[in-house]
Amino acid sequence: MSVAFRRLCLLSPALLVILLLVGVPLCLMAWVSLLDKGGSAGVDWSSAPSAANYVRLVWEEDFDGTMILNTGYLLIFLRSVALAAVTTVLSLALGLPVALWMASLSRTGRDVMLLLITIPFWTNLLVRNYAWLIILREDGWVSQFVNMLSPWPVQLLYNDAAVAIGLTYSFLPFTILPLYTVFEKFDWRLLEAAHDLGATRRRALRRVVLPIATPGIVAGALLVFIPCLGAFVTPALLGGGKTLMLGNIIQMQFGASRNWPFGATLAVVLLAIMLVVMTAMALWRNRRTA
Amino acid sequence: MSLKSCLGAAFAAVALLASPAGAQDAEKTLYFYNWTDYYPVELLAKFEKETGIKVILDGYDSNDTLLAKLQSGGASYDVIVPSDYVIPGLVKDGLLMKIDTHAMSNYAHMKDAFKNPEFDPRHEYSAPYLWGVTGLAYDSAQVPGGMLEPSWKEYFEPRPELAGKIAALDTASDEILAASLYLGIPQCTESNEDAARILALLQAQKEKLKLYSSDSTVDRMASGEVAMHHLWNGATARATAQRDTIRFLYPKEGTPMFRDNFAVPANAPHPENAKIFINWMMAPENAAAVSNAIAYANAMKSDEFLSDQWRKMDAINMPEDFASRLVATQDCNGKARELRDRIWTRLKG
Amino acid sequence: MSPRRFPFTRETALLVLAYLYVPVAVLIVYSFNANRTATVWTHASVDWYGRILVNPSIQAAAWNSLVIAVCAATAATVLALLAALATRRAFLGRGASEAVLNMPLILPEIVVAVATLILFVSLGVKLGLGAMVAAHTAFCIPFAYLPIRARLEGISGTYEEAAHDLYANRVRTFRRVTMPLLWPGVMAGFTLAFVTSLDDFLTSFFLAGPGMTTLPVYIFSAIRAGISPEINAISAVMLVVSVLLVSLSFFLGRLRR
Repeated sequence: MSVAFRRLCLLSPALLVILLLVGVPLCLMAWVSLLDKGGSAGVDWSSAPSAANYVRLVWEEDFDGTMILNTGYLLIFLRSVALAAVTTVLSLALGLPVALWMASLSRTGRDVMLLLITIPFWTNLLVRNYAWLIILREDGWVSQFVNMLSPWPVQLLYNDAAVAIGLTYSFLPFTILPLYTVFEKFDWRLLEAAHDLGATRRRALRRVVLPIATPGIVAGALLVFIPCLGAFVTPALLGGGKTLMLGNIIQMQFGASRNWPFGATLAVVLLAIMLVVMTAMALWRNRRTA
Repeated sequence: MSLKSCLGAAFAAVALLASPAGAQDAEKTLYFYNWTDYYPVELLAKFEKETGIKVILDGYDSNDTLLAKLQSGGASYDVIVPSDYVIPGLVKDGLLMKIDTHAMSNYAHMKDAFKNPEFDPRHEYSAPYLWGVTGLAYDSAQVPGGMLEPSWKEYFEPRPELAGKIAALDTASDEILAASLYLGIPQCTESNEDAARILALLQAQKEKLKLYSSDSTVDRMASGEVAMHHLWNGATARATAQRDTIRFLYPKEGTPMFRDNFAVPANAPHPENAKIFINWMMAPENAAAVSNAIAYANAMKSDEFLSDQWRKMDAINMPEDFASRLVATQDCNGKARELRDRIWTRLKG
Repeated sequence: MSPRRFPFTRETALLVLAYLYVPVAVLIVYSFNANRTATVWTHASVDWYGRILVNPSIQAAAWNSLVIAVCAATAATVLALLAALATRRAFLGRGASEAVLNMPLILPEIVVAVATLILFVSLGVKLGLGAMVAAHTAFCIPFAYLPIRARLEGISGTYEEAAHDLYANRVRTFRRVTMPLLWPGVMAGFTLAFVTSLDDFLTSFFLAGPGMTTLPVYIFSAIRAGISPEINAISAVMLVVSVLLVSLSFFLGRLRR
């Protein structure tokens, strides 16, 4: 049995499962995004493919009949990307020190921390968001405390900040775990060497730790950014529903609006945004590790 | 009566009793797909004890979720609970099974006002479950003067004291329908001008809202988090049970009404069990058990079984003269739905 | 201070722990709240736990979630382990294979969920347990794959070479050398896959069939209908169960090392 054949046997089951259940559906979805919606719901499979759904994203007939630039969807895209970016940065800023500290602990200490980091993660996403709803609500003690200190009334809930807090909370372990994996295998003698050679801690951090952490940073950033982009529970619960995000409008098309092809179009656009971000990250990673 | 005829009557009675069992599906299960928390689970235990049929209950959160599941064709339930306006579409698409409710033994218990509804004139496909209205709930303790006018104006153009203390439903159809009623616009409008007026009203109102949410509404009112809520009467009643200063308004420009019904999907795996269940639910005692638990009115002559707690609340026991304010929801066509969609996206963008 | 310690990392870590645990604590405290309104505290009570025990919908949903998570995580871990072994050494197409393996991780869940729905509906596949397990398995693979792969990378080939030199055959080397070293990675992978499946809402939401409501779907509908302290109580129970499970997996991992 040749090495290559054995490798193929080992690899193909997983690849097949993913291609059939993820790859094929995506291609089908891209095709559907060019079709027309069915009578009461679903897809009109016999309709001629056209780019009408994509045109609708940017241009629309105004309520007075003229064609105008439709900023509604563009704004939603921008807001989703911005919120996802803020969450990613927050998660990395919090995750990096935690991962560094964990790696400096004893074996038992690390295991305990790993356990502690993963446990909140085991509670359901909806429930976690709901817990924040209880904490940030107006008559809650956090809100009362903040308002005691602040000279003007502050509302903690139902704004973009609350959404960012909730999203960061949900995805923080996704940055800590990959970074920790990197640091755990890190040969700390390198750092001692840098230290012995007179490098300051800041310099050592920038020149030794960060380059090594790059794969972890990239992995963590992607793991946070992507689910955030498609998030729809958190904006709905903590954002007070005043602003929609990409995830919400996709779900809306498959639900209330019953327009599957347009939902597919929005999903394709979401994928495109993601691809751009990933390419940028890959370029950045290559430059850093080059 | 001779012994023989006595025995004969007994036999006949046994046969009668046994006949529904004879018509039962071999498998004694029933897949019941209902709105979440819209059915008291204790009642399922009673049904199982009386008929031997085990009910498996799943929940959905909107007619759209139900439609998505039915129209995708992948899921087969035995009993579903669509709202009035959804039913003609389902019948047209051949998604419902003919169950001839009018021939069921408990049909006699139905209040006359609920017979021959326009969405299923001969009750061939559906049986009424519960009904309610979507109006305005407010906390009289948080309102200066303690009273509001029964008008959508209080909601769309609120008094300054209430600004920032109002919750809207996060459902495009509910909000746009209420705005249409206030502005006197037909509910399934396809006109761009109408859409622009609705959008302007909603945009101005958005500034004064605390949030849009259709979730946890009872808690929000009961805890006093908001002073006013675009809300269903049953939810208002349940909140009132916890906070007695809450009042309910039937806006005079028109109060949307929903009538939820039992129906059987065309691909139901256990249609006979479904019919047994629907007939059982029309027994006044069982219908009242639901109303007492869920705080929505049913369509059966069941008033004697209703609890006093609900009977004295305006929110549940609608005063007769409000009946003229009720407006049935329509199933809008694709063009109107798309217009709604655009209003909503612009509003939230 | 050792050069391994960076300033403020400990403080940040403690803050992060507080950030992570305050909501959990709030949730548990409120699950003992007697008030029917989940967000208003009156006095302590265990009524809501009693209510879960007699609520058949919650029990059924919990059971469905567990069945799906166990099936999907097991399948995903086996597939991921095989794939990780295959991609251990560089070969032409490794990059492409890994990209495919990580695809579900990189794609927003809502996109995959609706795409899968379109596929199943257009093929006429019956929605329900089978469809859900299949879809869950697919998106759990990378969650299982990444930790295993990371662990494999950390294992130097010298142990296996040594075993080989000592005339251990391939199977024996794998069983006695590679697998024990790899075990923590496999457990971590299974754990992550299990959590992902258990926590999944969107895919289950779109693909659930009759009688297949999972806990997250139930909770979502319940929140929409008006949250009750029962939800807090279920989450507290889920939390305790998961702490036990994660601890067990950690303990196992250390035992076999």
